[in-house]
Amino acid sequence: MTGSRSRRYGLRLVAILYLAAILLGPLALVFFRTFEHGFGAAWDALSTAETVNAFKLTLIITAIAVPLNTIFGIACAIAIVRRRFPGKGIVNAFVDLPLALSPVVVGLALFLLYGRDGWFGGWLLDHGVQVLFSLPAMVIATIFVSLPFVAREVVPTLREIGDEQEQAARTLGANGWQTFWRITLPAIRWAVIYGVILTTARCLGEYGAVAVVSGRLQGETETATLRVEERYESFDLAGAYAISIVLALIAVLVLVGMTAIRPKEEAA
Amino acid sequence: MSTVDIVSRPAKIHSERASTALSLGLVTTYLSLIVALPIAALVFESTNGGARAFWDVVTSPEAVAALKLTLWTSIAVALLNAVLGTITAWVLVRDDFRGKSLVNAIIDLPFALPTIVAGLTLLALYGPQSPLEVAGHSVNVAFTSTSIVLAMLFVTLPFVVRTVQPVLLELDEEMEQAAKSLGASGWQTFRRIVFPNVLPGILSGVALAFAKAVGEFGSLVIITGNLPYKTQVSSVFIFSRIESGDRAGAAAVAVVLLAISFGLLLTIGAIRHYATRHDR
Repeated sequence: MTGSRSRRYGLRLVAILYLAAILLGPLALVFFRTFEHGFGAAWDALSTAETVNAFKLTLIITAIAVPLNTIFGIACAIAIVRRRFPGKGIVNAFVDLPLALSPVVVGLALFLLYGRDGWFGGWLLDHGVQVLFSLPAMVIATIFVSLPFVAREVVPTLREIGDEQEQAARTLGANGWQTFWRITLPAIRWAVIYGVILTTARCLGEYGAVAVVSGRLQGETETATLRVEERYESFDLAGAYAISIVLALIAVLVLVGMTAIRPKEEAA
Repeated sequence: MSTVDIVSRPAKIHSERASTALSLGLVTTYLSLIVALPIAALVFESTNGGARAFWDVVTSPEAVAALKLTLWTSIAVALLNAVLGTITAWVLVRDDFRGKSLVNAIIDLPFALPTIVAGLTLLALYGPQSPLEVAGHSVNVAFTSTSIVLAMLFVTLPFVVRTVQPVLLELDEEMEQAAKSLGASGWQTFRRIVFPNVLPGILSGVALAFAKAVGEFGSLVIITGNLPYKTQVSSVFIFSRIESGDRAGAAAVAVVLLAISFGLLLTIGAIRHYATRHDR
């Protein structure tokens, strides 16, 4: 019995040391360094016009990308689970791709499509639409990388609830839209919310794809994550830490949301 | 049944078919515009100069060095994840201690934390200004391959834990008790009973972690210093080629990463197919 107990403590120690070395230690140190010289110094670093602009831009991009990906995610999950159509395998593969693909590759693909010599870029520029190095490309890049989360959360829930209730609603005369609002959506709501939280976190934190397509014009196309890197490169470590801490606090809020919703999702 | 109903029924079926077709159309259009078209543009650009040009770029010494570095660090990270992730999942399911639910919640932090912040925090603890000391020397792994492995471990931490944890939760403890009562040691029980059951979970988690590690960029920008032949992984190589205006070079290496991603997704699909063979 003592053998199994010491093994248990040993494994617990390994797991906790692993988390401390990789996650908690580094984060705690940055937290300490940020407030080393008081709250005021961190606040000064955060309240510069460029940093405020960077956070605004991040929020704008997120506010566009999340609703679009939520609607797409729900429609896509319903298509994958409930419908039969040619090319379903391809749709499935492309929805998962952003999970496995490097953000830099995503950025480059958009760069090639919307650049001056790209398939769309030249034509759009001729018609006065600037996509690359401005908001549209950054939004599209963010949509790309955060695309799968709602669909991936909703698909298993839809499979599990089955379509009996939906069919019952149909036989009672409900049309497709009514069935969706009254039956399907309430049944998948926690999965949708969970997916929205993951999507939001991914949008707020996106770096690589946006770094490629934004052109990084200070005060114009600089998001919060790009600003962290810019501050670091300009030897303003305090500024980089202060922005990082705000992003980390948002991440903690996301975690709280995930922890609160997971049991509900599993119970549904 | 009123005449109105009889008249409206075919119209209703017709409109439902139309709405199904409409939603399918929107889904595929969105997916094509956001994902498929850019990918097509990328593949087209990489083969623009012919197969020969593509091959020359991909086999250039700098690109090969970057790809080799990417692959061996990602394999190391995948293996470390397999062991440490499984241990962590086991501790979270079978062990009980104060603060366990907090530890459980923290596992997902790398999903929620921007990768650039991950790189910055690792640099603070393990970089030139590290407060840590080992044998009288202060720790500094910045601009080394160790820093690449550390950053990749940070961003891939949740994958194996979160694929193994649900399998362990569902695993019937009676099987293990039966094995023990028949005289199996703790290690034998793990190897013969637990391990075969969680193996598909470990493998699909490892494949996801490997895919994430191969493509990782944000956390590596600051901490690795982007030194060609030394700490330049493929994603950083692509980025520096874009910055220097070499689109064909960037696209060729990007297509290699794209192929790896597709290959891994297929592998994960096959593992899931195999793991659920009894449910079908």
